[in-house]
Amino acid sequence: MAKIFAGVDIGSLTVKVVLLNEDKEIIAYDSARGGYQGRDVATNLLEKLLAQHGLHKDDVQGTVATGYGRVNFPAEKDVSEISCQARGIHYLFPGARTIIDIGGQDSKVIQLLPNGRVGEFAMNDKCAAGTGRFLEVMASALEVNLQEIGDYAAKAENATEISSFCTVFAESEVITHVSAGKPKEEILAGVCYSVASRVATLAQRVGIMPDVVFTGGVACNEGVKKALAQEINQPLLTYEEPVITAALGAALYAVNL
Amino acid sequence: MSEIKLPSQFESFGDARKQGFIAVKNLKEQGKKVAGVFCTYAPVELVLAAGAVPIGLCAFSDETIPEAEKELPRNLCPLVKSSYGFAITDKCPYMYFSDLMIGETTCDGKKKMYELLGEIKNLHVMQLPQTQEDEASQELWYKEVLRLKERIERDFGVTITDEDIKRAIKLKNEERKVLKEFYELSKACPPPITGSEQLKVLYGSQFKFDQEAKIQEIRELIEKIKADMANGVENVSKSAKRILITGCPLAGVTEKIVKAIEESGGVVVAYENCIGIKPIENLVDETMDPYKAIADRYLKIGCSVMTPNNNRLELLSRLVKEFKVDGVVEMTLQACHTYNLETATIRKHLQKEDVPFISIETDYSTSDVAQLKTRLAAFFEMLA
Repeated sequence: MAKIFAGVDIGSLTVKVVLLNEDKEIIAYDSARGGYQGRDVATNLLEKLLAQHGLHKDDVQGTVATGYGRVNFPAEKDVSEISCQARGIHYLFPGARTIIDIGGQDSKVIQLLPNGRVGEFAMNDKCAAGTGRFLEVMASALEVNLQEIGDYAAKAENATEISSFCTVFAESEVITHVSAGKPKEEILAGVCYSVASRVATLAQRVGIMPDVVFTGGVACNEGVKKALAQEINQPLLTYEEPVITAALGAALYAVNL
Repeated sequence: MSEIKLPSQFESFGDARKQGFIAVKNLKEQGKKVAGVFCTYAPVELVLAAGAVPIGLCAFSDETIPEAEKELPRNLCPLVKSSYGFAITDKCPYMYFSDLMIGETTCDGKKKMYELLGEIKNLHVMQLPQTQEDEASQELWYKEVLRLKERIERDFGVTITDEDIKRAIKLKNEERKVLKEFYELSKACPPPITGSEQLKVLYGSQFKFDQEAKIQEIRELIEKIKADMANGVENVSKSAKRILITGCPLAGVTEKIVKAIEESGGVVVAYENCIGIKPIENLVDETMDPYKAIADRYLKIGCSVMTPNNNRLELLSRLVKEFKVDGVVEMTLQACHTYNLETATIRKHLQKEDVPFISIETDYSTSDVAQLKTRLAAFFEMLA
């Protein structure tokens, strides 16, 4: 019988599942849009992943849940996404001392001690500025796909300054720039800088030590990544699948249950 | 944390604010005067000495904020907005029954709000100095205490004799001593009661108006808890991390913080806030000139409106040691500038003493409960 350990991250927008074997090797992972039905989506996603790999529910030796939906998910344990993110990133990048995580609903900066434990952390206020949600709103105002923002921004020679952090005001600012005939590329580069500078301030409050790892869904966005590296004046490391690093941490917790 | 059975006395304190409404109505019908106060700087001995009843007016619900925002800016602390909202809507019976309200020039939000409140209510504003150590400030505050005495005498048609004020000082000191004995029970490991229970008594005791009966009731509660302790009753897990809360006034909606802490495997052992230890710890000196003694005692309160505010740092350091605190959680209200600014000083101070610290900014809504839980869960995972 296979011995499998599952990490389930039920975030504000997406659900991620990671399966590990007892040697802590990733066997499978996937993510799906969660939202309102987060817990059901997570259950289905876990079952689907197991089936795809010829595994059975009974093969799962331990499950740890994290993310906003963690509390009522039937797992052996729930651990905050801050500790899970730290565990996952420390596993992937043992030299990491700072994690910048930009997700759908919030952004976090976590300082790691050399042993991988959380030293200090900060989260954004109750506000969409500096989060994936901010990017979503701006993408929709400019009629581009969320995934295209980075490509557009990369083509820009200059970035239009978006002075308002408030998502609602920033959206009207973006619309004003559109009416003024500013190129989409430059406006989107400005949008990326806005997110980056908001999160950079948060990071500076916690203190930035190399190596710095950028993770969470927004880490896929090259525009934000470039702007953030400039703002904090540090190169950024990124895992190939930045969306699943907290779920990976949860799975690692499951191994050690 | 599992459901535990409370001594029935806790319920009496939990209901105190509600029960108090009827009690005040009865007192008014008997011809008693009521003085509403907003801050811990209000020297309530003067009210007691006049034979009147002091009542806390600070509001802790977002119910009246929309009404307040018709005049006040949105970007203002919820306590100021809520309190003003209750005043203009007459939704708070305590404000409604107040013959006199006493405010002080504490934070910018409160002192400018008082200008508006003064137009519709009988309000006396004391000039609170911004610093505590210099003689000119102490002299000003002493004169303000005397000016309040005159106002109370005039408005309530009484003369406060030396004997009246000395008796009031003694009675209020008695209350402080017994409350101190009560919250210091939580110095025990594990503490005999949860932080929610402790807060219920500290907050509820403001709304019991018969001083002597109140002191007696708290005494009985202490005896009951001590008896439970002697019988080996443990209400709190030994492994619960011991938390000290500091920051803005905490009651009503902001009790969500206490709940989140105690659901994450912690227990609040002490509240440094102004519903808590800060206003209780120091006594009025009974051996010197009563008004000078009152002025000295109140000016020492370590609120963030003072600059510098070293008394808060000293009190925090002392409480961390005395209550064997594992971590300090600060609660600040959105747009409370003085506390939000002071966070940096507190953080550095506690870092130096190697005490884990987290500051949480919130308001009177419940929309951030999930975020709070994440932050506090991570904080506890760090302490583990």
